[in-house]
Amino acid sequence: MSKPGPGEPQGQTETSIPLSSISIRHRPRHRYAVIGNPNSGKSTLFNRLTGLRQTTGNYPGVTVERHTGTVELKGTAAELIDLPGIYALGGQSTDERIAVDALLGRIDSKPDGLLVVVDATHLYQGLYLLEQLIELQLPMLVALTMSDMARAGGIAIDTDLLSRHLGGIAVVEVTATTGLGVSDLKSELATLHEAPVPVIGQSWPELSQLAQQLADQCGNLDRMDVIQALLLPGGAHDQLASAAMGPDVIPGARNELFGSEPPQAVEARQRYRWAREVRSAVQHEAPLLERFGAKVLAWVNRPWPATALFFLSLVLVFQAVFSWATPLMDAIDAGAAGLGAWVTASLGNGVVASFLADGIIAGVGSVIIFLPQILILFLFIIILEDTGYLARAAFLMDSAMRRVGLSGQSVIPMLSSFACAVPAIMATRVIPDRRDRISTILASPFMTCSARLPIYALLIAAFVPNQSVGWFNLQGLVLFGLYLLGIAGGLMTARLMKSTALRGPKPHFMLALPDFRRPNLQTVMIKLMDRARIFLKRAGTVIFSVAVIVWALAYFPRMDTEAPLPEPVNGQSLENQRAAAQMSQSYLGRIGKVVEPVFEPLGWDWKVSSAVIAGFPAREVVVAVMGTLYAVGSEADEGSLTQKLRAATWPDGRAIFTLPMVLGLMVFYAWCLQCAATVAVIRRETNSWRWPLFAWTYMSAVAYLGAFAVFQVGSLLTGPA
Amino acid sequence: MKTLADLNKGYSAEIEWIDTSGPGVLRLMMLGLVEGAAVRHRGTAIGGDPLELSVYGASISVRREQARYFKVNGNAAEASSGLIP
Repeated sequence: MSKPGPGEPQGQTETSIPLSSISIRHRPRHRYAVIGNPNSGKSTLFNRLTGLRQTTGNYPGVTVERHTGTVELKGTAAELIDLPGIYALGGQSTDERIAVDALLGRIDSKPDGLLVVVDATHLYQGLYLLEQLIELQLPMLVALTMSDMARAGGIAIDTDLLSRHLGGIAVVEVTATTGLGVSDLKSELATLHEAPVPVIGQSWPELSQLAQQLADQCGNLDRMDVIQALLLPGGAHDQLASAAMGPDVIPGARNELFGSEPPQAVEARQRYRWAREVRSAVQHEAPLLERFGAKVLAWVNRPWPATALFFLSLVLVFQAVFSWATPLMDAIDAGAAGLGAWVTASLGNGVVASFLADGIIAGVGSVIIFLPQILILFLFIIILEDTGYLARAAFLMDSAMRRVGLSGQSVIPMLSSFACAVPAIMATRVIPDRRDRISTILASPFMTCSARLPIYALLIAAFVPNQSVGWFNLQGLVLFGLYLLGIAGGLMTARLMKSTALRGPKPHFMLALPDFRRPNLQTVMIKLMDRARIFLKRAGTVIFSVAVIVWALAYFPRMDTEAPLPEPVNGQSLENQRAAAQMSQSYLGRIGKVVEPVFEPLGWDWKVSSAVIAGFPAREVVVAVMGTLYAVGSEADEGSLTQKLRAATWPDGRAIFTLPMVLGLMVFYAWCLQCAATVAVIRRETNSWRWPLFAWTYMSAVAYLGAFAVFQVGSLLTGPA
Repeated sequence: MKTLADLNKGYSAEIEWIDTSGPGVLRLMMLGLVEGAAVRHRGTAIGGDPLELSVYGASISVRREQARYFKVNGNAAEASSGLIP
């Protein structure tokens, strides 16, 4: 995924805004980092403040995603940087290191101030992070979110008193979902750069003072650098500080502050004691609203109902993906077929008409058709994530994951792999142990992602009879079986890795469980639009290019139309024979015949083989290529791809797409790693080529063997066709 | 001595002492499970493991074997039924 150009997503939105409002737009003068605990409503607030003026790119020099946006303020504007949600600075997870590096200006220029998002229902943990952030000595502003939730839970917070406990940092109550308090927050943001900088936090003044003293002596280090050096022996800051101050200063200070205790334990004790005291001072009990919803949640939150509900919601998701999307997909299909027929009718049978109808419309159209399904799937995954339900699933599934040597923490990436493995692999950053993280990364691409849906949907609709089996539909059961096959492949891989190359101590499991929350429509829509944009961009670039190349390889060189047919076959029209002959002597036909022997044991002819090979950069391309190949190969353009596949035969007249061959092909797609984006993200997240190459080779081999076994055994059982 | 693993569902107790050498214990302390904090047992997954503990409104999932590193004082009390203890 490339980073968007300067004017790309926001440029399009800006053009739709009337001229009069462009004139009052300001260029951002200051950059503020938005930071807070996970699930504190930080992203909702960020979206509320910046609206559509957002960009996603990378930090300069490092390949870590960076979300920025512009907020329009009175008479000015500011750039906001959305940092990953974290509980504490100084942790070892990737997200925590990114946040610290961004705050200290290591991977970006240092922000001019901080907008700290504190969840009123989680004041205890919010205050802990806040006190750590004070050591940065930057102007700060606190947005207190979820106070409506806190009130419903019987708690009201005295924001003036809280502000005094924080040494005068402004505290603004906001409800990001309704926009209440956002204008107050904006007027504070407008003057944030000149807000007084907090000097010494109250939770652990001894640490702040000693670190400040050492930083002053040294000259070129900040107080925060010294604190990081003190708290994380052997870390990057420790080496930096030892180089600047000599090897004895930091260990001496450590001894004075922590004695023989682990530094992080002492810090947690000190700061949380203060957080507890402040929390009980600033909050008072409000009348508790005993809500019906709370009672239902309490009942559902018991082991068996919760687990049953989890599986029920998964069934609902997959049901919805298929039944809700059908009308939309039929509409797109009819549109593409109509367009193709119209192009052929109005342009005749020349090169241009074939290029447009067979190359572009048939190729790209056969992939675009799956946009409704993919968006519905993503919608559900985003909702599960935003309601806090994915974390709950991790909690419920921990003991099951323990059997394969992983923990519940791996459940979240694996569930989001059902949408796409790329964000899922990035979500493994929260797993602290490297071996557990890599095992999860290797298991994730096995999960049935949305790009596999086009292939499954096409093949199942064409070759699995639409009949009922007991209460279920056979097509649905086959699809469900393919999902299970993916899950089994992933879990067995994790198990294999954890007992061989990545053997390690039993993983421990800890996870913050967010309260159930209503998802915010704006946040959900922004995430969904982002996914739609990525999918259409892929269809417009990668899939488009491959479709064009494949069309050209299949169309050229042209055969002499007057020449006699090489092998006359009885029972077929002259046009079809001519088209087939043209196809088999095209460049693609020649290439396909070279690789055909490799895939022949799987029952694939050269068309399927070359479609699969063309699909290695992105697996959904295979559908586009088959669309193009079978469109070029047939003279008449009527009939859907399904009908063309059913009619495909070997030269001796046997059907190519027999049930064993189709099942084998689907098994191949359940397990193979045909996705350049996944390979790239594995390389990025593991920081070496070793794991992506291993994953690719391993998954391709498993897929080939699986397809081979299914085809051979299936053919034996069904007898020669 | 009682630990967080021995707490009954719906009860809360105060952490008295922590064995900081236990695996993952420092990480749990960074989430707020420190000496003096009142912790409530909110429930478990199927099979009684992992536990869902809550500390001043924040729910944390912890495995039973890790909860044993957190000793609690003897006077566990039944917590109020409010959403946020």
